[in-house]
Amino acid sequence: MAKVLLEMNSITKTFPGVKALDNVNLQVEEGEIHALVGENGAGKSTLMNVLSGIYPHGSYEGDIVYDGEVCAFHNIKDSEKKGIVIIHQELALIPYMTIGENMFLGNEQGKKWCIDWNKTYAEADKYLEMVGLTDSSKTLIKDIGTGKQQLVEIAKALAKNARLLILDEPTSSLNETDSRALLDLMKKLQKEQGMTMIIISHKLNEVSYVADKITVIRDGSTIETIDARGQEISESRIIKGMVGREITDRFPKRHDVPIGDVMMEVLNWTVYHPEFAERKVVDDVSLTVRAGEVVGIYGLMGAGRTELAMSIFGRSYGIGISGSLVLKGQPVHLTSPKQAIAAGLAYVTEDRKGNGLVLSNSIKINTTLANLKAISKATFIDKDKEYMVADEYREKLRTKTPSVEQLVGNLSGGNQQKVLLAKWMFADPDVLILDEPTRGIDVGAKYEIYCIINDLAKAGKSVIMISSELPEVIGMSDRIYIMNQAKIVGEMKASEATQENIMACIVKSGSEA
Amino acid sequence: MNNFSIKNVLKKNVMTIALFAIYVFFIIATGGNMFTPSNVTSLIEQNAYVYILGVGMLMCMLTGGNIDLSVGSFVCFMGAVAGVFSVIKYVGTPLTLFIVVGVGLVYGAVLGFLIAYLRIPPWIATLAGYLAFRGLGTQILITVSETSAISNFPESFTRLFTGKIFESPWGELNIPCVVLGFIGAAAIVYLNLSSRARRVKKGYSVDPIWFVILESVLEVAIILVLAFKLAYDGGIPVVLLWIIAVLIIYGIITEKTTIGRHFMTVGGNAETARLSGINNKLIMFAAYLNMSVLTVLAALIVTTRFGSANAFAGQNYEMDAIAACIVGGVSAYGGSGTVMGMVIGATLIGVINQGMSLMTIDQDWIKIAKGAVLLIAVVFDILSKKGNKRQ
Repeated sequence: MAKVLLEMNSITKTFPGVKALDNVNLQVEEGEIHALVGENGAGKSTLMNVLSGIYPHGSYEGDIVYDGEVCAFHNIKDSEKKGIVIIHQELALIPYMTIGENMFLGNEQGKKWCIDWNKTYAEADKYLEMVGLTDSSKTLIKDIGTGKQQLVEIAKALAKNARLLILDEPTSSLNETDSRALLDLMKKLQKEQGMTMIIISHKLNEVSYVADKITVIRDGSTIETIDARGQEISESRIIKGMVGREITDRFPKRHDVPIGDVMMEVLNWTVYHPEFAERKVVDDVSLTVRAGEVVGIYGLMGAGRTELAMSIFGRSYGIGISGSLVLKGQPVHLTSPKQAIAAGLAYVTEDRKGNGLVLSNSIKINTTLANLKAISKATFIDKDKEYMVADEYREKLRTKTPSVEQLVGNLSGGNQQKVLLAKWMFADPDVLILDEPTRGIDVGAKYEIYCIINDLAKAGKSVIMISSELPEVIGMSDRIYIMNQAKIVGEMKASEATQENIMACIVKSGSEA
Repeated sequence: MNNFSIKNVLKKNVMTIALFAIYVFFIIATGGNMFTPSNVTSLIEQNAYVYILGVGMLMCMLTGGNIDLSVGSFVCFMGAVAGVFSVIKYVGTPLTLFIVVGVGLVYGAVLGFLIAYLRIPPWIATLAGYLAFRGLGTQILITVSETSAISNFPESFTRLFTGKIFESPWGELNIPCVVLGFIGAAAIVYLNLSSRARRVKKGYSVDPIWFVILESVLEVAIILVLAFKLAYDGGIPVVLLWIIAVLIIYGIITEKTTIGRHFMTVGGNAETARLSGINNKLIMFAAYLNMSVLTVLAALIVTTRFGSANAFAGQNYEMDAIAACIVGGVSAYGGSGTVMGMVIGATLIGVINQGMSLMTIDQDWIKIAKGAVLLIAVVFDILSKKGNKRQ
């Protein structure tokens, strides 16, 4: 048996109100490619942040034993010194710097006060060759594609004398060819340099292609570690570990909600990426939603769900949008969120802090923001009415706050989510698109959000719920669309859906592509 | 659910209290000179442009800490334009006003277009105006006048912005001024009490009645003192009417209308604003269009006050306006700030200016003092916000 390079023992990490990791164990042998799989929010990234020192020693419980010694990393520099380098999902390259400059950021070559550019570029070229990139190290990052940028990240890691390379979803923004090239590079590094690697991925076909061992994490705990050497591990075998939890009564039932006429119909909807204009982020998607119906859209991160939702919502995302949108039988052409709101759409964002709420404003002001018309006359705001409206929603959604004058920034995630929902409920839409409505909030608040969703359906609204939590999608929806790599790859009634057959849908589409 | 506490009141009004304390300090330090009727009048007349430009700058800063560096140079340029049409060409006052407002609208529209729709960073777009209009204004003045200044504006033009209404001789009590003072004081009392009564009726939290009375008494005292001071110096300056009108209009816009709410939201979180159906670009456009219109008003005020358009007019006015906003608690990142805050900030700087000048302290030291006040105000603001977060 090979030497164990890394051992993480009984790691427990708690955030206020949430136990993100619960007694996680991970063992990585020298020279192996170890895959970490699990659903979104299972705790994979948290675990890697603990390992790399982003969450410093002392903010978690448990030991990290690396290369035979117990380590206490206080920041990324500490772990990099030991040769642990993490490559994040979001690339951290600066577009208007050259490849060489990027590779040695914070690790500049030359004397203390003077950068030796010749050395920088010579060194950079050496590492670029290692990863099989033929571009000059003086090329600007913005001029190379994302596939090559990922290679630059790896070269950058190698330049730091990495011994343990952690790749967080390295292929999430790559196409099939680039992904395969990257995986082959990983195998090459393993073979030629004996590099140890941890890969986090959602793409199970890639995992079974590249990994020697697979550790499954679910709900912050390690479920199992599968040894893939010398045997073919089927994807369904991995899925079983990933989703094997029981669905208990976590979702309130909707009783006797009649499903009415078609409220919204999207036909052949195609959207391109606003910066990489050749990349389709939504590809020929068609869907319908009826009055009183809750339609789930399930997909892994990067599947194009948010892009789909935002492009429908007044073309607030993407370029080159084609396809047609029919609301209540009438074809409409919405070109701004303002028009979308007027037409009866609401988009409840997944990023409530980033683009859903104004944190420096009060609950009251946030609640009425999308429908100021209803509380004003000739642009004059009726502040009494505004207060009453905000207070009414505070009561209705049971938002926990001393008063609606409270700043939204001071609320907990669950209460912020309620304010965000209140804001869009007050806009009185016919169709609500809820994007990850329960992300980052605790179980109790989740249940309350589910009840609100049921009330909306009862009131005859159409609800589209985007989620990457399988049990939630199955438990809450009437009908489910499954999205993968910009396409709808399946549709099923919630009564027929199981976690396995939804995942199978995604796996099947992935291998076809 | 009543959040009233003396501590909060003091915290909220710390700048007002500082202003009051500094004013009293200078009255004592100048042996009462600061408090004579003519010095009170000149405090208002000297700082009139800061209030007007400060309002425009406030609207820009609300949209996300954006500033307009070109206002000082544009004041100079507009003074020259007004001089050319009013004095040299003598087209008559109405047409002159029509032309300068038109030029202001054109510049504002161009600037707004560059910033809102071409997304040129505001400080760069306005830096161009800062340089160009100073040059353009100076060139116009050199070309049309040997002294490179235009004076002798017709009275029909100057009396729109200078002088007193119902002017009476110096030292005599001006009755209209006192009457207006009492009317203003009564209006304040009525507004304070009626708004509290309305809130009580609807069951909202209100400040205790003694506090509202105390607040009203203080406000009435300030208004009446001001009214009597002005009354002994010939009456209400015309420019004060302009200031009050602008402050009231923009006070209402920012506090009570959806337009003001839109400005605040764009500055608070531009993406949220966009996804809530607010037209961010239009708001940015409006901010700079508005700034230019107010700059025209400021240009007319200073040109008529000095009785001449010259190449040095408007120097550093943009900085005065920005400083007034910052000292007045307007967020440098956008999203929060009030007209009243800006007024306090502008007055505070104006008082320091006048007080130190009356004490015949060197201009350089006045600049140092103003810089220090600006820094202290910002540091204080940041520290107090941090304190709030910790609670």
